[in-house]
Amino acid sequence: MNRKVGIVSMGYHGFSPVSPDLSFRELVYAAASKAYSKAGITPGDVDMFICAAEDFCEGYSISDEYCNDQLGAVLKPVHTVTGEYLQAIANAAMIIQSGLGRIVVVESHSKASNIKNMDAIHSFGMDPVFNRSLRVTPHFAAGLEMSRYLSETKTSEEHCARIVVKNRANALSNPSAGHGAILSASDVLASDPVAWPVSRLSIAPRSDGCIVTVLAEESVARSLASDPVWILGTGWATESSTLENRAWGEPVSVDIAAQMAYKEAGITVPSQQIDLFEIDDSYSFKELQTLEGLRVVGRGQAAHALDEGRLGPEGDIPTNVSGGSQGVGHLLEATGGQKLLELFLQLTYQAGERQLPDVQVGLAQAWRGVPTTTSAVIIVGNE
Amino acid sequence: MGLRKVACVGAGITKFVRRAKETGRELAWEAAKMALDNAGMTLADIDCVVIGSAPDAFDGVHMKGEYLADGSGGFCKPVMRHFVGGGTGVFSPIHAWQHIASGKFETCLVVTEEKMSSCFPAPAGAFITIFDHTTEQPLGPTLIWIFALEMNRYMQRYGLTEADIAKVSVQNKFNAIDHPAAQLPGKITVKDVLNSEVLAWPVKRLDISPASDGAAAIVLTSEHKARRITDKPVWVSGVGWALDTAYWATRDLYYPQYVEKAARMAYEMAGIREPDKEIHIAEPYDPFDYKMLHHMEGLLLCKRGEAAKLVADGVTARTGRLPCCPSGGALGVGNPIAATGLMKIIELFLQLRGEAGKRQVPGDPRIGVAQAWGDLMQVGTVVVMSR
Amino acid sequence: MSKEILPGTPLSSEEFEKSITIEEHPTLEYRWDDGIAIGRYLKELKEGRIIARTCCGCNRTMLPPRMFCELCYRPTDEWAFVEDTGVVNTFCVTRVNWDASRRGPDEPPLIPAVVEIDGASKGMGILHLLGEVDPKKVKIGMRVKAVWKPKAQREGKITDIKYFKPY
Repeated sequence: MNRKVGIVSMGYHGFSPVSPDLSFRELVYAAASKAYSKAGITPGDVDMFICAAEDFCEGYSISDEYCNDQLGAVLKPVHTVTGEYLQAIANAAMIIQSGLGRIVVVESHSKASNIKNMDAIHSFGMDPVFNRSLRVTPHFAAGLEMSRYLSETKTSEEHCARIVVKNRANALSNPSAGHGAILSASDVLASDPVAWPVSRLSIAPRSDGCIVTVLAEESVARSLASDPVWILGTGWATESSTLENRAWGEPVSVDIAAQMAYKEAGITVPSQQIDLFEIDDSYSFKELQTLEGLRVVGRGQAAHALDEGRLGPEGDIPTNVSGGSQGVGHLLEATGGQKLLELFLQLTYQAGERQLPDVQVGLAQAWRGVPTTTSAVIIVGNE
Repeated sequence: MGLRKVACVGAGITKFVRRAKETGRELAWEAAKMALDNAGMTLADIDCVVIGSAPDAFDGVHMKGEYLADGSGGFCKPVMRHFVGGGTGVFSPIHAWQHIASGKFETCLVVTEEKMSSCFPAPAGAFITIFDHTTEQPLGPTLIWIFALEMNRYMQRYGLTEADIAKVSVQNKFNAIDHPAAQLPGKITVKDVLNSEVLAWPVKRLDISPASDGAAAIVLTSEHKARRITDKPVWVSGVGWALDTAYWATRDLYYPQYVEKAARMAYEMAGIREPDKEIHIAEPYDPFDYKMLHHMEGLLLCKRGEAAKLVADGVTARTGRLPCCPSGGALGVGNPIAATGLMKIIELFLQLRGEAGKRQVPGDPRIGVAQAWGDLMQVGTVVVMSR
Repeated sequence: MSKEILPGTPLSSEEFEKSITIEEHPTLEYRWDDGIAIGRYLKELKEGRIIARTCCGCNRTMLPPRMFCELCYRPTDEWAFVEDTGVVNTFCVTRVNWDASRRGPDEPPLIPAVVEIDGASKGMGILHLLGEVDPKKVKIGMRVKAVWKPKAQREGKITDIKYFKPY
């Protein structure tokens, strides 16, 4: 049953704060045609297609109806996962492992610039009776989480701010990143408070863009690519959708998802067996909290690891070398796609000036954002 | 290589009602709990959860799958929601099939929910944003328009009358009298349908299924789990789905090509060569009466243009040669979109186990097909189940 | 599953009227990037013309225009003006507005139709409305022509065509 699943190619377009020249269809076409051409296939060769999207981010009810033309998937098996890109990748892997499909394509895009009031959409995700009536910024949920995390782990606000500084600087080495910048921790700390301790610059800015991945069963993958990147493990989990019964300081869903993926990939000591991490940093503290959830460092030890320079490109647990969501821009449900893309580029030695040496195994993780507690983890390797 | 076998071992469903007192989460919980009880399982036995629910605009909650996760038994579990518009409910077991057939999971709780009454003043309002925002929405379209456009084209193509089509509504609402979840069961006549309010000619009020609140759930497991849980597993023996172009006005609407494509995929997997002879019982999607006919043709259960005759001749009645919508369908039981699709799956589950009570189709049925459809008259989802 | 009494509690209209409710009017607003193909389509509508795109792969002239062919999966090739006349592929007659409210007794019914545009490939239709016609006299296959808003009132929207009328 354990068919091996490989990533044959990834095509992308972006990632920039606006993309007024392209409709969402044209944006997806640009990314998909690159993915197909790199894999040397046409959409006719693809057995199934999966799109990751949420209606209110697309601005359509039943947005899944608009997902296939620009993928060349007319009259093909296509479905939408209303979830994170990495969940759709896990779904694609399951289809291939089942034997039903041999080549599966995953797509997601962000046209975040077309949404005039993203906060209202986030708020619309909360319980209509108990939470929405409070009428506060949806970032308050992240504020509650950050506050509790800082208190439980004795991590400082400044450490969190330095994640933003690190990732936006990393983005300067990534030509696709839309938000590279040289900032200081005091810039982040002094930016407008949104929901203390969350400040404006601690929230990842958004970008537009699209990522398309071609996955295939082992023998097909080997025939289409000289250096496929293999899916070693997948995991995803939801803690509780109810704000009132969450373990606010602890990243429970990250832990469950990671353990599921580690088990499949045979990972017992993540900090030693995994060479690079592209993980959630949609709020500054998330990167630190997530590293602990992934058990890459001990509980409360992430800030210390940052101090020691372990998270930088030169460190032993390089994290968000791409610039992360802080530097690339948050891509709505496509966010995990960008994280996987960075692993793919690094593991195939196509990452240009930010290429890390001797990389074999990478981990991508994404969180679905406020107000959810859903995380997904994908572990990939090039051997 | 053979595919791993996946079985349905339990089912649960709430009443389908115009307006439920329960929240969406509570409806999901009721159906999920009932499915677990029915399978003799607890949440601890469940490896993963899949959720099927149609547009967020109905419930009025962004990321509805996240909102529903607790009620659906998803607390601290792998949860994934899928979405293929109106075709979602029959895709739900397909998504769960993918989870189990991959070998990654042994058991999956499948929960579908819709609370359409939250959307005010009418759920229909949520449908304007299904149309292209630039080239269509400014015209003020409603969902009923496109159904009416399709129904008219279908009638014109085959020379059918409104009365021919009304017979479907009469049959399904009658069948629903025996369904404990039913919202609009009843004995009506063709005349009642023809005399009901014209909404968008040729579509009249009684041609349409109601908007509903409701939830349905099933438990799917791997073969070896199923054998330990029950001596009457019902196998998910074929799955198929297909999505046609979103440029819907450039297609001829008289025939649902996407349903045929999905059906052929499912039949091939199930080893069915002559669906009109091999299938004992069918649950085609019937949100509108003509759609059942349309879908019977797309499912290759009869020749194109001949479905209406089968209904008129009683072939599709519960006691006929090819019972269609013995549950009462969306027209009779109600139409909480995603839950309706799963209601059809549950009907096959019960019928094939011989547990459908007053609705039981005679003749010991062994193979059934369920189908749903959605988007801009665009997606077909098909599941074949067998004993 | 053999339970005859299922969970789920229907609320009658009277019970609903008496209950406490929360009303919410979410402001979910978007500003669409129309992109190359639809951007040009709208610009030409403002000029009183309908423009399509051609694909050499399948020899189709496509409406609405698109920069890629979804069937051949290649970039489309040329812009092509098409006629503002066509044939009714299908139609309906409706008294229902988009929000399910009914049109008033003095308001004429709306007649939405799929119109296959002359000059575009067979079957390439667009959704629009019919006007200046008795609903009872509309037939599938009927020829129709666009009635444009006066130039000064056109704004680059699909509604720059008021409706199609028989001709």
